[in-house]
Amino acid sequence: MQNLKGIVERAGGVYLLPVAIAAVTFFLIPPSTWTTLTIAGLAMGMMIFLMASGLSLVFGLMDVLNFGHSAFVSFGAFIAASVLAALASWVSGGSVALNIAALLLAIAAATVFGAAAGWFFERVVVKPVYKDHLRQILVTMGALIVAEQLILAIWGGAPIAVPRPTILEGSIVIGNVAIETYRVFAFLLGLAVYVALYLVLNRTRIGLLIRAGVENREMVEALGFRIDRLFIGVFMAGSALAAMGGAMWAGYQALITPALGAEMLILVFIVVIIGGLGSIEGSLLGAVMVGLTANYVAFLMPKMALASNMVLMMVILLWRPYGLKPAVQK
Amino acid sequence: MSVASALSAPPSRRVPAGRLAVYALVAVIGVVLALAPFLLHGNVRGIDVAARICIFIVLVASYDLLIGYTGIVSFAHTMFFGLGAYGTAIALKAMGPSFGALALGGAAGVALALVLAVLIGLLSLRVKAIFFAMVTLAAASVMLVLASQLSDITGGEDGLIYDIPRFFSPANRLFTDADGKVVRLFDVPLNGRVALYYFVFLSALVLFLLMVRIVRSPLGTVLEAIRENETRAEAIGYRVVAYRTAIFCLAAVIAALAGILRAVWLKYTGPEAALSFAIMIDILLMVVIGGMGTMIGAIIGVVIMSLAQFYLKDLMQAAADATNGLPLVPDLLNPDRWLLWLGLLFILLVYFFPAGIAGTLMGKGGHK
Repeated sequence: MQNLKGIVERAGGVYLLPVAIAAVTFFLIPPSTWTTLTIAGLAMGMMIFLMASGLSLVFGLMDVLNFGHSAFVSFGAFIAASVLAALASWVSGGSVALNIAALLLAIAAATVFGAAAGWFFERVVVKPVYKDHLRQILVTMGALIVAEQLILAIWGGAPIAVPRPTILEGSIVIGNVAIETYRVFAFLLGLAVYVALYLVLNRTRIGLLIRAGVENREMVEALGFRIDRLFIGVFMAGSALAAMGGAMWAGYQALITPALGAEMLILVFIVVIIGGLGSIEGSLLGAVMVGLTANYVAFLMPKMALASNMVLMMVILLWRPYGLKPAVQK
Repeated sequence: MSVASALSAPPSRRVPAGRLAVYALVAVIGVVLALAPFLLHGNVRGIDVAARICIFIVLVASYDLLIGYTGIVSFAHTMFFGLGAYGTAIALKAMGPSFGALALGGAAGVALALVLAVLIGLLSLRVKAIFFAMVTLAAASVMLVLASQLSDITGGEDGLIYDIPRFFSPANRLFTDADGKVVRLFDVPLNGRVALYYFVFLSALVLFLLMVRIVRSPLGTVLEAIRENETRAEAIGYRVVAYRTAIFCLAAVIAALAGILRAVWLKYTGPEAALSFAIMIDILLMVVIGGMGTMIGAIIGVVIMSLAQFYLKDLMQAAADATNGLPLVPDLLNPDRWLLWLGLLFILLVYFFPAGIAGTLMGKGGHK
C-alpha cells in the first residue's frame, strides 16, 4: 500500500486525476467521440483556467474573494463581440492577416478593458473592505449586480451573435476524428498563458514576492516590501485574464447573453475550490478536471452536466477540505 | 406584524428617539398587515403585495439569523425556500387539493431542506466563511438547474399550477347568516380568500416571533459571540461548528416553511417564483437595507424593497422620459434597470451604514 502511494506520488500525485478521468471514460465512449470530447474538455478547461487563475491568486495574496470577478468575464465577452462585429469585413474576409488582426484586436480590447476595470474595482470597491470577509462578499456581490445591469443597459437583454474569424472556423480532420480549430486555438492560448504565469511566478523577482506574499503576507511586509502595490498589479492581471477568458468564451459559444457571467462564476468557483485557493497549478488542475468531466458527462448523461461538477466538488472537498493543491498547507 | 411590545425596552430605561421611530414604524406596518383584507378591500394586487411581504419577512428574518447573528454568508437560502414550495406544489398536484397533501408535501420539503442543510453544514462550515459562500452558491445553482431539467416532476421552466384545499377558495363561506349568505364584516365577505390571507399572516407572525425568541435565548447570545470572535468562542468552550450547523439547519427549515406559505398563496410554483437567483439577491438587499442582526430590520427592509419595486419603477420611467434626448442616460433610467440603482444603494449602505436602516436608527453600531 505504502509502495503504491509512493509510485502514485512520484508519477504526479493529484495531477494524475484528469488522466484517470480520461482513462476511465475511454472505455465508456467510442474512441472517435472520446477524442473530440477530450479536446473539447481541454479547451473548455483552458478557458475556465484563464478566468479562475486571477481569482485564485487575488485570494491567495490578499485574502480577498471577489464575487464580482465574473463581471470581468462578461464585459470581456461583450467587448470582444462588439469589436468583432465592428470589424465584420476583416473577420469574414479571406485574408489571413486581417483575420488574425481582428482576433488579436478583440482579445486585446477585452484584456485592456479588464485591466483598467480591475484597477478601478480594486481602488473603489474592494479597498475599503480589506480584512472583512462578510462585507467583502456583500460589496463585491453588489458590484456584480451593478455590472450585470450595466451590461443589460448597454448591450440589451437579447442574445448577441459573435462572428468568428474565418481561419478559426471549421475543423481539422484526422482519420475519422474532427477537431474544431477554435478549440485547438483556445487550448494553445490557455497553455501559453499558463506557461507565462508559471515563468513569471517561478523565475522572476516579482513572482518570488507574490509567492512569498501568498505564503505569509505579514513577513513580506515586515521585510519592507509594499504588498498592497503588488496586489493592485495582481488584481489587474487577474481581471485582464478573466476578460480574456470571457472573450475566448464568447467566440466558443458564438451566441452570448448577459447571463454568461453568472453561469461562469459557478464553474470558476467550483474550479478554485477543487484546485485549492491561491495556486495557479491548482486552478489549472481544477479547470481541466471540470472541463473534461463536463464534456464526458454531457455525452453520457446529458441531464447531469452541471450537477456532475457539483458532485466532483463535493467528493474532493470530503477528501481534501482545502482543495487538491492549496498554495499554503494549512 | 406587531412585535413592538415584545421587543420594547423596560420602562425604567430611557428609550432613544430613533428606537421609538423604528418601533412606531413596525407597529404601523404590523397593523396594516393584520388588517390588510379590510384596508385593501377590492384591491387584489394590494393584498397580494401584503401576503408577499408577510412571507418575505419570514424568509429575510431567517436569513438574518445566518448573516446578521452568526456571520455566515449563504447563497443557498432560496434553495431551501424552493424545496418547501416545490414539496408542497408536487404533493398538491399529485394527490389533489387536500390538507393531507399540503401537510405531507410540506413536511417532505422541510425534511429534504434539513438533510441538505446538515450535509452542506458539516461539509463546509468547518472552513472559511468565504468557502462556505462559494459552496452554497454552487449548490443553489445546481438545484436551479435540476428544477428546470427534471420537468416530469417539477414542470421545468413553466413550473406547476395546482389547486389548494377548497377551504381557501373564494367560494367557501366561513360564516353564513340566516339566509345562507356569506357574512360581511366592514363590507368584506368572509370567504376562503380571507381565511387564506390570515393563514399566511398568522403563520408568518408565529415564525417571526419564534425567531425573535431564538435570538434572545442563550443560543442567540452564543451565535453573536461566534460572529464577534470565533476563536474566543471556541476557547471558552463552545463548539462553533455544532452551533453554526444548528443555526444553518434552523434557518433552512424556516425558509422551507416560508416556501410552503408561498406555494399555498400563489397556487403556482416555478423557478422564477421560488428558486431563482433574483430572489436571493432580493433577500440580500432586503436584509442589508433593513439592518443585519436586528430582526426588526427584516420587516423594514422587506417593506421598503417591496414598495420600491413598485414606486421606484414609476419614478424611473418619469426620469427616463424626461431625459429622452440624451445618449445612454434613458437606458440607465429605464424601469427595468431598477436593480442597478438598488445595487449602488446596497454598496453605499454596506460602506457607510453597515447596520442598515433599523440598526442605524436604533443606535446599534455596525458589526465587523
